[in-house]
Amino acid sequence: MNKKAFQKYLITGPYLFWMVAFTIIPLCMIFYYGLTDKTGAFTLDNVLAITSLEHAKALWLSLLLSLASTAICLIMAYPLAMILKSMSVSQHSFIVFIFILPMWMNFLLRTLAWQTLLEKNGVLNTILSSLHLPKQNIINTPYAIIFGMVYNFLPFMVLPIYNVLIKIDDNVIHAARDLGANSVQTFLRVIFPLSLPGVVSGITMVFIPALTTFVISNLLGGGKIYLIGNIIEQEFTTAYNWHLGSGLSLVLMAFILINMLFTFKFDGTKGAVL
Amino acid sequence: MTRQFLRKFYLCLIFIILYAPIVTLMVLSFNASKSRAKWGGFTLKWYVQLFQNEAIMEALYLTLILSFLSALIATVLGTAACIGINRMSKLSQSVIMGITNIPLLNAEIVTGISLMLAFIAFGIDLGFTTVLIGHIAFNVPYVILSVMPRVRQTGNASYEAALDLGATPLYAFFKVILPDIMPGILSGFLLSFTMSLDDFIITYFTKGRGINTLSTKIYSEVKKGIKPEMYALSTLLFLSVLLLLIAINFLPSKQKEKRQSEIHT
Repeated sequence: MNKKAFQKYLITGPYLFWMVAFTIIPLCMIFYYGLTDKTGAFTLDNVLAITSLEHAKALWLSLLLSLASTAICLIMAYPLAMILKSMSVSQHSFIVFIFILPMWMNFLLRTLAWQTLLEKNGVLNTILSSLHLPKQNIINTPYAIIFGMVYNFLPFMVLPIYNVLIKIDDNVIHAARDLGANSVQTFLRVIFPLSLPGVVSGITMVFIPALTTFVISNLLGGGKIYLIGNIIEQEFTTAYNWHLGSGLSLVLMAFILINMLFTFKFDGTKGAVL
Repeated sequence: MTRQFLRKFYLCLIFIILYAPIVTLMVLSFNASKSRAKWGGFTLKWYVQLFQNEAIMEALYLTLILSFLSALIATVLGTAACIGINRMSKLSQSVIMGITNIPLLNAEIVTGISLMLAFIAFGIDLGFTTVLIGHIAFNVPYVILSVMPRVRQTGNASYEAALDLGATPLYAFFKVILPDIMPGILSGFLLSFTMSLDDFIITYFTKGRGINTLSTKIYSEVKKGIKPEMYALSTLLFLSVLLLLIAINFLPSKQKEKRQSEIHT
């Protein structure tokens, strides 16, 4: 028995070591840096720095843009997942394939390509003006950032919802219809509640990366729109104020934690994506 | 009838949004003009110059090696861990799975920064090794998520039967457990490889000054303008993956069915 116990820890050991050394200890470092000043004394200044006008504005904008893009992703993804569900099962791997395939082109390049498409004299405006429609000035505005977020994270909303929807037994839906529910009632009282774990896991997978991004805002915002991610990134790469950067990261982690609790409450598991 | 039309229309719209940037990049890779704003005629010169551009080729080589090594090591670590975790008590299992979820639920920027702080605090020079360590750390959870369901499904009965019949634990593992969990291991490996290949944020914070992967190289070029060779390279990479996946889909139908049933389980 002892030998057996030893064995199972022996084969799990390297993984546990890896996670402790390269996930848990690094997270502790953020707490250490975030809660100390340059002399190593305890302080809350770095965390409270979020209340300064510049930082609070960036956080507010990040929340606004990430909530908007999460909502848009959900509104776009749900009907899409329903349509995909109505297609035949043999196309399942093809559907997943269609959504995964774009990820094989570098995401920075794909996002940059939207510059070419959304620019003042870009492809979209050329099409619009040839149709005698007014030109749209999207690039370098917050709308471009929302667009970029929706574009980049939409598959992370579609796949979990789709994966939950295809597992719903058609007989349950037929039963609801037989018992006299119309299609709206069937959707609201049967399909939607059953798909909730997928929805929740989709929301997490879109909201967190959108809230914390600094790349999309940099590429599509023209470098003038600062999200909280941009501020933190600059503290580490150009301002070299690691204590402040860590303090602000702690604020970000609080939001992530709230989101995690929300996820666990609805029992949406990350595994639904796979 | 209109319902059917609306569905098709909506699917087309999403498809266009997903693939418009990819088509744009492919078109730009044949654009003779260096500026991405205007079309200067068709050319193949970026494809020729690509193979003479040492910086890009070096970044490509580094990216591929990094993705392969991190996926490989993560797969080995993760698979071994799954087998061990499966035999632990319920409590240890949920603690370990909780830890596994941290990198998945955490923001990439926080993971990247935390690794950078830890490496610097412990006096480890940033470079290839630190990037590799970081990639393995965020890849292992994906491996565990793909392999764990398989391990649970397989159960201990056949393994113990093999032991009773005189197999050594190692032999029983390779002959009984491994073939059963192989599909999970493969998809874990592929998922890890893809995540590594496309990663920017964690690489960006852990790489130090000397080295560049394709992602960090592209990011550093954003302000000066992306070199068209980069478009050529990404077109080539995309097309080769596309061909590979199509080839897999045209495998004999028996294998295809098997694959499909695996996706569903």
